[in-house]
Amino acid sequence: MTYKQRIDNRGFDETRPIEAKVGVIARADGSAVFKIGNTWAYAAVYGPRNLHPKFLQDPQKGILRCNYNMMPFSSSGERVRPGGSRRSKEISLVTEKALLPVLDLDEYPNSVVDVFIELPQTEAGSRCAGICAASMALADAGLDMKDLVSAVSFGRVDDKLLVDLDYSEESYADGPVADIPIAMMPNSGKVTLLQMDGEVSKEDLMNLLEKAKKVCMDIYEVQRNALREKYHEVEE
Amino acid sequence: MMYRELRSHIISLLNANTRLDGRNFTEYRNPIEVEQGIIKTAEGSARVKIGETEIIVGVKLEVGEPYPDTPDEGTIIVGAELLPMSNPEFELGPPGIQAIELARVVDRGIRESKALDFKKLCIAKGEKIWMVIIDICPINDAGNLFDASSLAALAALQDTKYPEFDGEKVDYKKKTDKKLKLEKTPIAVTVIKIGDKFIVDPDIEEEKVVDARLTVSSIEDGTLCAMQKGGDYPLTIAEIDQMIKIGIEKGKELRKIL
Repeated sequence: MTYKQRIDNRGFDETRPIEAKVGVIARADGSAVFKIGNTWAYAAVYGPRNLHPKFLQDPQKGILRCNYNMMPFSSSGERVRPGGSRRSKEISLVTEKALLPVLDLDEYPNSVVDVFIELPQTEAGSRCAGICAASMALADAGLDMKDLVSAVSFGRVDDKLLVDLDYSEESYADGPVADIPIAMMPNSGKVTLLQMDGEVSKEDLMNLLEKAKKVCMDIYEVQRNALREKYHEVEE
Repeated sequence: MMYRELRSHIISLLNANTRLDGRNFTEYRNPIEVEQGIIKTAEGSARVKIGETEIIVGVKLEVGEPYPDTPDEGTIIVGAELLPMSNPEFELGPPGIQAIELARVVDRGIRESKALDFKKLCIAKGEKIWMVIIDICPINDAGNLFDASSLAALAALQDTKYPEFDGEKVDYKKKTDKKLKLEKTPIAVTVIKIGDKFIVDPDIEEEKVVDARLTVSSIEDGTLCAMQKGGDYPLTIAEIDQMIKIGIEKGKELRKIL
């Protein structure tokens, strides 16, 4: 058996179509929307702002808090019960860790930067879309950043290494599958999110990580263009 | 009282016959946009924008068991979450009283107007019914979530198509052409009282200084189907009369957008 053709005729190294825009939520300090195929993530940033309750405050530096939430109608199956699951809590955690390395919160003691990621519609790759939207929203909020964070899932389906698995590939039944979401700081090539489930050889994984550098750089260009579109006029 | 200065500023504007953004008392923000069918994973959906306020409502259809006292009727469930993404004052956590009130006001407008014939949601008497689950998600709260949510819920219901159901399982991947039929179009208009003036479509600042509010849901012929009074101050009967009049009139205007 071999996986020959992707369901939407994409190349093996090709992502689904991507759209990105910043400044989409007027009340937030920074915001963005990032769409990849049928997966669609909003992110809103509030802060740095005062952190309550007080015992959570860090007098040395500000803290980052992320929350990932699927809207109740965002899954292609049954309604998602509101209120968060173990899955969404874990994704919130790894998202926080994926974004933290690009921020410098030393100047904001006792404060919090809140990042709220909301998914109105999902079809695979939602944590990565959320991370892409969140890093754009952080930039839109005017926070000092060392780099953006760009993320996409990689994978192995049967004998092929793929970029940006869709739902049918994640659940491919005729051969081994691995799903590997990766986030990178594109300019340094450092990895800030790495998860994997399935089976893959070490060699294949290393190949994918090399591939991720290029793909994340392409996504970074989309994110940067979206930011430019908003701030272009301001600069002139 | 909190917001004392804001309140006296807003009242002095109202006395000069204007508002913070220069609108007339019974003028909604512009434009009001309704976009249907925006969410592929929902059976029905709509995005409504009133000025900067933006809301997405999605409808999911599930098969469930009827209540024992209404064995041949389906049902609706309305949920609202005040997402902290949409307003710096909203916090994470289970729905608070504000969210619950919002969901219940939207629920009553739809339920009591008989916009949906619950009998048509029955699949097998006493056994299987459709549950129409309406979820309200604000994207940006710039005021007046009540009216925007009601409008978005109705628009999402108009857009709703049944998924395929083989008697055992729902196949959410396959939508049929069969639409959820709406018998009525209940529209909610919230009339706000600040000082001795009545306004509609409050922005965030105006909402902070409300004395009383009355949400008036009405159908095409002007019949009232649901109401909710809010705010800390009482209303005279003459005031209620005036507010209902505004509510029905503005309701007719909003209905034209759908």
